[in-house]
Amino acid sequence: MNFSLTEEQQLLADSLARFFERDYTFEKRRAIQGSPEGYGRAAWAQLAEMGILALPLPAAHGGFGGGAGDLLPVMKALGAGLLVEPYLATAILGAGLVARAGTEAQAAAILPGVGEGKTLLAVAHRDADGAPVKATRDGAGWKLDGGKRVVLHGGQATTLVVVAAAEGGAGAFLVDPAAAGVTVRDYRTIDGLRGADIAFAGVRLPADARLGGDADAGAALRAAFDHAIAALCAEAVGVIEQLNTLTLDYIKTRQQFGQPIGRFQVLQHRAVDMFIAAEQAKSMAYLAAMRAEAGDSVAVAGAARYVAKQARQVAKDAIQLHGGMGVTNELPAAHYAKRATMLGFWFAQLV
Amino acid sequence: MDLNYTAEELAFRDEVRKFTKAKLPKDIQRKVLEHRRLEKDDMVRWQDILAKKGWLAGHWPKQFGGQGWSPVQIHIFDEETAALGAPRLVPFGLNMVAPVIMAFGSPWQQEHYLTRIRENKDWWCQGYSEPGAGSDLASLKTRAVREGDHYVVNGQKTWTTLGQYADMIFCLVRTSTEARKQEGISFLLIDMHSPGITVRPIITLDEEHEVNEVFFDNVRVPVQNLVGEEGKGWTYAKYLLGHERTGIAGVGASKRELATLKSIAKKQKRDGKPLIKDPLFAQRIADVELELQALEMTVMRVLANRGKAPGPEASILKIKGTEIQQAITELFMDAMGDYALPFDPEWNTLDGAGDAPGPAYAAPMAARYFNYRKVTIYGGSNEIQRNIIAQMVLGL
Ligand SMILES: Cc1cc2nc3c(=O)[nH]c(=O)nc-3n(C[C@H](O)[C@H](O)[C@H](O)COP(=O)(O)OP(=O)(O)OC[C@H]3O[C@@H](n4cnc5c(N)ncnc54)[C@H](O)[C@@H]3O)c2cc1C
Repeated sequence: MNFSLTEEQQLLADSLARFFERDYTFEKRRAIQGSPEGYGRAAWAQLAEMGILALPLPAAHGGFGGGAGDLLPVMKALGAGLLVEPYLATAILGAGLVARAGTEAQAAAILPGVGEGKTLLAVAHRDADGAPVKATRDGAGWKLDGGKRVVLHGGQATTLVVVAAAEGGAGAFLVDPAAAGVTVRDYRTIDGLRGADIAFAGVRLPADARLGGDADAGAALRAAFDHAIAALCAEAVGVIEQLNTLTLDYIKTRQQFGQPIGRFQVLQHRAVDMFIAAEQAKSMAYLAAMRAEAGDSVAVAGAARYVAKQARQVAKDAIQLHGGMGVTNELPAAHYAKRATMLGFWFAQLV
Repeated sequence: MDLNYTAEELAFRDEVRKFTKAKLPKDIQRKVLEHRRLEKDDMVRWQDILAKKGWLAGHWPKQFGGQGWSPVQIHIFDEETAALGAPRLVPFGLNMVAPVIMAFGSPWQQEHYLTRIRENKDWWCQGYSEPGAGSDLASLKTRAVREGDHYVVNGQKTWTTLGQYADMIFCLVRTSTEARKQEGISFLLIDMHSPGITVRPIITLDEEHEVNEVFFDNVRVPVQNLVGEEGKGWTYAKYLLGHERTGIAGVGASKRELATLKSIAKKQKRDGKPLIKDPLFAQRIADVELELQALEMTVMRVLANRGKAPGPEASILKIKGTEIQQAITELFMDAMGDYALPFDPEWNTLDGAGDAPGPAYAAPMAARYFNYRKVTIYGGSNEIQRNIIAQMVLGL
């Protein structure tokens, strides 16, 4: 086993760190969050330029064929920078599914655009209550009906990948969100991201909309989701570590009773627990990356649960240790804490 | 020892219940039960109704125009009104500054301010914390310098809850820098409409405006607004903090919230079954409920000891009460599943809630969870409360 980064991985992580320091400041991020689009086009273009968007894509389709190990430092950096752009939805989950389940022709049609930053994907997976999405034969093509809920970055996608029960097993369908019969309800999520509820009413799709033809896409779906969980674990580690850094800086500088509050032993022990939580979460993120490659979905799901729990506890402690400053929206800490707290709900969409 | 309510206490409970059912405006009740934002007018309207009945200050002694309720009656009132979805009374006047004015105020202050509080005429806020003085309150710097018949106040307070609505603020100010830092502090009652006061909002992580910064620039305060003696403010402040901590347990509201949680957990589905049937979730609810039952009895024991100001035992109520409140908001959020994620402050109203993508009850849950992180921080953080118990009770 080797836990150190290769030179290439290190360079990429460094350039991402510079991007967050210089171009993706707290203020910029807040402006992006407040925008109707919900993501920053300029930031997205920069990610494309750095090769981050192409990193996980197969080499045959304009990518670098990065595996879970390559993605780990990248996702961690995106977490530390609190990126709100649809990277997980597009480059990991969406592209991962197209690459695994799609035909060569489908992959060639979609993936290069992802790497170039032109195509944004979202995977619509969780069915709306009482209205599961069903795909029925419609001549040579397909017809989709039903609804999906809380689709990560569903409103930002230029192409939706809709998971639906279909003839022959699980199907994954490429859908243009502007197509007749598709209604996208885009909204903010409390952690600064975007979600969407999407309804499909008699949406007509061509025969080649189904990824991989008529075969069951169950295994590909599972693998794509497992890799997304592993990536989100790594992102979570970045969030947790940065939150710990902010908290530690705060308790070292905030003075009460004539000394930095970090001198109080009860706070020291909390900070230690937060540090340990980060280390353990990081270990789990490595484990998740390994087990995702090995197709061990149970282990990956366990990692998700574990990491989410650490993240939520760290968020609680971080706010508490900041005192009143922990509850102001003006400080980055609150935003990291919100992201950390809500991770468990996003993980649950993927298991 | 008799642990049951007496016939009179039961009659009082029925009376409070009947009155609240009849008089609590339905829109306000819905906002409380459905966790929507309360506007100033909502709080004022309910308090006006209570004032008219003579119940707003029912817990005050008769000599100050209260009903002289017993500790058990106070508890019953809190519990019954909370159970039916009445808003929590704004505590700053009624429960915080009033006991201080009763104990240490001048006859004029008692006549003037206590009457206005009892009649719901003034909205009060609390001016203790400063940017540099939170847990270490005694290091506060806001200065008050005596000039003839006035104090001239300069400085800044922060985290002032609902200060944007306030008519009056009670402030700890520094009147001397020579003595020990606790001894140079005085307790001033300041008109928020005075020239030189500026209120600036602080937006919290749930994107609500609940707290403020308050700036004082040469604010002139008549000397008759000094409570008690100059330099004795710290003693009064500590007296007040004890009162703040008993109110903070919030047993009545937590019982109501648990009941709401259970009814929602019956509606929410997990893996096709009602969430309440999930043994892990049901056990989490049960654990909180047991904590709350124990706390309720502890509250009764502390209240029964009244007559003296609440002592360090009140710290137990603060710690446990706030931990329970947080546990409940967390259970609510978890019960929502993925619909905990969507967020828009616009959905935090009775009309707006219908626009949320999930069930209307889901819309405020995560924001509420984040809002409630404050309860272990304010009113003396839970770490500070533990320090108090360690020193005052355990002798450590
Ligand atoms: C929502 C909200 C509303 C509020 N409303 C009001 C109001 O209306 N009026 C008002 O005057 N104030 C109000 N406050 C202020 C509140 O009382 C302070 O936030 C509180 O006293 C903590 O002070 P601080 O925020 O400066 O944190 P700090 O004192 O800086 O504390 C930071 C962390 O250090 C810990 N800590 C500090 N000292 C010690 C110690 N000796 N041992 C162990 N741990 C320690 C704290 O527990 C906390 O975890 C409000 C606060 C909030 C969050």
